[in-house]
Amino acid sequence: MKYVYDLHNTMLNHNLILVYEGEFTQEITKSILSMAERNMDSLGEESSIKRKVFNVMVEALQNIVKHGDDIGEGLSANRAIFIIGKNESQYQIVSGNSVKSETADKLKDKIDQINSLDKDGLKSLYKDIIRNNKLSEKGGAGLGFVDMARKSGSKLEYSFESVEGDISFFSLKTTIERF
Amino acid sequence: MDILNLEGAEDTPKIILDKGNGIFEISGRSLPEDSAEFYQPILDWIEAYGEDPNPATNFVFKLEYFNTASSKLILDVLSALEDIDGMAITWYFHEDDEDMEEAGEEFSELVEIPFEFKTY
Repeated sequence: MKYVYDLHNTMLNHNLILVYEGEFTQEITKSILSMAERNMDSLGEESSIKRKVFNVMVEALQNIVKHGDDIGEGLSANRAIFIIGKNESQYQIVSGNSVKSETADKLKDKIDQINSLDKDGLKSLYKDIIRNNKLSEKGGAGLGFVDMARKSGSKLEYSFESVEGDISFFSLKTTIERF
Repeated sequence: MDILNLEGAEDTPKIILDKGNGIFEISGRSLPEDSAEFYQPILDWIEAYGEDPNPATNFVFKLEYFNTASSKLILDVLSALEDIDGMAITWYFHEDDEDMEEAGEEFSELVEIPFEFKTY
């Protein structure tokens, strides 16, 4: 049972206030959002920071709900991890899910493009996408990452770990400064 | 014409579209699982309203939060309203919510409808 203590220590050492691993649905998204909101309310977090955290969380969670099953059926299909970290100066919203390597390449390009833009560049990219893109089959607007970058005001950090075959594990971290 | 009245929920906004009383309002939070499905009845209602609209229409958005999939549908709603004569938008935002203010400004730049901004 030492893993319980280890997990507990990992969470404390990394300042993680919430970790969820499992299946992601709209119902679970709503539960995680309301837990995080209650947590921020009870700590008296400033409303502008609360809104930004909420915003980034929704996009991160709905990304997983919409794209979690892209790798197909199977044991790990639609299972992913969602983490909220918090220290004195910032919140960190982290998601991790499996993707196919062709998707990984597209994600890298898209995030690199977003990270290369400043505030005004992100604004025009947003307007360009909302004006010209149709909703995807999965109901996404193609605006999630742009919005996460705009609302957080920080660069999106990501990594890909190879899992097996053509599957990679995609981790994404968005940081929101508290002050 | 029928009134469209949807109670808000934690992930869907409250909607009142009432031609007789001149009330047209979308308020609350919008992060539905399927935004296209949620907004379809609203788009249908606006299309029917456009056949025989009131001489002037003040359409109110008082949103606390919307996700990116909803933003696309909000633009669709605004585009449908754009074709109706006498249309004006009132865009409410919480007084310390710069992001919601900016979102309204961006929408106002994407459609040809007069926008009035108000805080709550």
